[in-house]
Amino acid sequence: MSLPIFSPTDDPGPNFMATLARTYQRYPGWYLRGSGMETMVGEPDGINSSLPSWTGNRISDLIRHGTTILALRYRDGVIVAGDRRATEGHLIAYRNMEKVMRVDQYSAMAIAGAAGPAVEMARLFSTQLEHYEKVEGVSLSTEGKANQLGQMVREHLALAMRGMLVIPIFAGYDLQAGNGRIYTFDVTGGHYIEGEHAAEGSGGRNARSVLKQFWHAEIDRDAALALAIEALVEAADEDIATGPPDTLRGIYPIVATITSSGYQAIDDDETASLVHSLYDRLQTRTETGERRWPR
Amino acid sequence: MTMPYYVSPEQVMKDRAEYAQKGIARGRALVGTVYDNGIVIVAENPSRSLRKISEIYDRIAFAGVGRYNEFDQLRVAGIRHADTKGFAFSRNDVEARSLANLYAQYLGQVFTHEMKPLEVEILVAELGTAPHSDQLFHIAYEGTITDEQDYAVLGGDTEVIRKRMAEAYRPGWKLEDAIRTCVRVLSGPGREITSSELEVAVLDRSNGERSFKRISQEAIDAIISPKKAARPKSSSSK
Repeated sequence: MSLPIFSPTDDPGPNFMATLARTYQRYPGWYLRGSGMETMVGEPDGINSSLPSWTGNRISDLIRHGTTILALRYRDGVIVAGDRRATEGHLIAYRNMEKVMRVDQYSAMAIAGAAGPAVEMARLFSTQLEHYEKVEGVSLSTEGKANQLGQMVREHLALAMRGMLVIPIFAGYDLQAGNGRIYTFDVTGGHYIEGEHAAEGSGGRNARSVLKQFWHAEIDRDAALALAIEALVEAADEDIATGPPDTLRGIYPIVATITSSGYQAIDDDETASLVHSLYDRLQTRTETGERRWPR
Repeated sequence: MTMPYYVSPEQVMKDRAEYAQKGIARGRALVGTVYDNGIVIVAENPSRSLRKISEIYDRIAFAGVGRYNEFDQLRVAGIRHADTKGFAFSRNDVEARSLANLYAQYLGQVFTHEMKPLEVEILVAELGTAPHSDQLFHIAYEGTITDEQDYAVLGGDTEVIRKRMAEAYRPGWKLEDAIRTCVRVLSGPGREITSSELEVAVLDRSNGERSFKRISQEAIDAIISPKKAARPKSSSSK
């Protein structure tokens, strides 16, 4: 390694990805180039006849996938949550996955889709934010951060089209505006600000239904945390790729709050008690005939 | 065509060294020292936005004296090196010694091969996990690297300041004592430096993963002149 000094006319500035490209002659999306993945990815729809037959020739059966993630705004900021299951095709590949990641003091990223590239993207994103902050002496704005992540998602488009889709949710606390922000993304890198809540991944649709029913503008921390857990439990009830809270092993959803005092992961004890009180409530509802499930 | 005059290599090096020293001596000095819970760097710097001290990585800080544009380029290169290394390997694999060596090689290279040497001196400080494993690497304009014990003095008039620092340094002192002494050592007798002319930052073991933190002007005021700092508060409340 040599000291990365560039001439003023060729300086990558505070852009970490550009620095990486100059240092390693590689660029985000390097998963594809020279990594062996280009031989694996065949047709644009992710079908490759040279794959083992048990995979049904589908790339997605070989790759670890993360599933349901969500975010919702509440009175003090924003909550981000995700289940813990990763799948390979119809198999459970991992029970401990952490799909919610702190990217800097005031923001977090949740990931759904192909786990390998998603985790790499999160690492790159968090390095980029820290790099910018150190080089420039100030942090990027919340909008600037969302835009950066959008560019990374777009860089990944070619692989997304071949079955390695990565869909993040970005959530942050905007110190200037004094409120929580949620952004969702599409494969082309488009980023969209969400005023209330968002859910992505295979169980995202079900989670969203729960959020839609019970979310309101003045929701406080405890109610919002309970709602996040309920949405994940509902998603796990309908979607095989979403893992329910695993009380046997003590594996609970990853939940974090982001407020004016920064990112705060909710510890396992609190999530466990949230899960148990939800189960109690569901039990009561069933007994009183207020609601049918669980049967 | 005119023939260039012969100049001996000794003379060339001497001239370059003199040129760099003059440039550095024009700027103001800075002091870095260890205290019971970390490393503090105190710089005389009238500018609030053009910084001399900066964060490089979780446990590494950078400080430079001399020509601003030159040491700032080195600062950014250090951040790039650290972030690239941390991204390619792991956060634990980023350490100051290899960065200090890179700086030394670069400065040495420029000193011998370029027209003009860099008019800078830099300090690379690394917070150890245990109190006695802190490191201060002092790198001079020609690439000389020194692994300093307890404290480092950089910039103009260092002989005098270093002598004062040698007398004032106390092993295992508290942050407040260290800052007060560093300011006194920088100013010397018969001169006062106010908080607006100071830039202070620490690498502190209690700051979590990213241990670098700047000390605000108000906090510096409260440490170096507690009476003065209290006065404007009481007058504004009237």
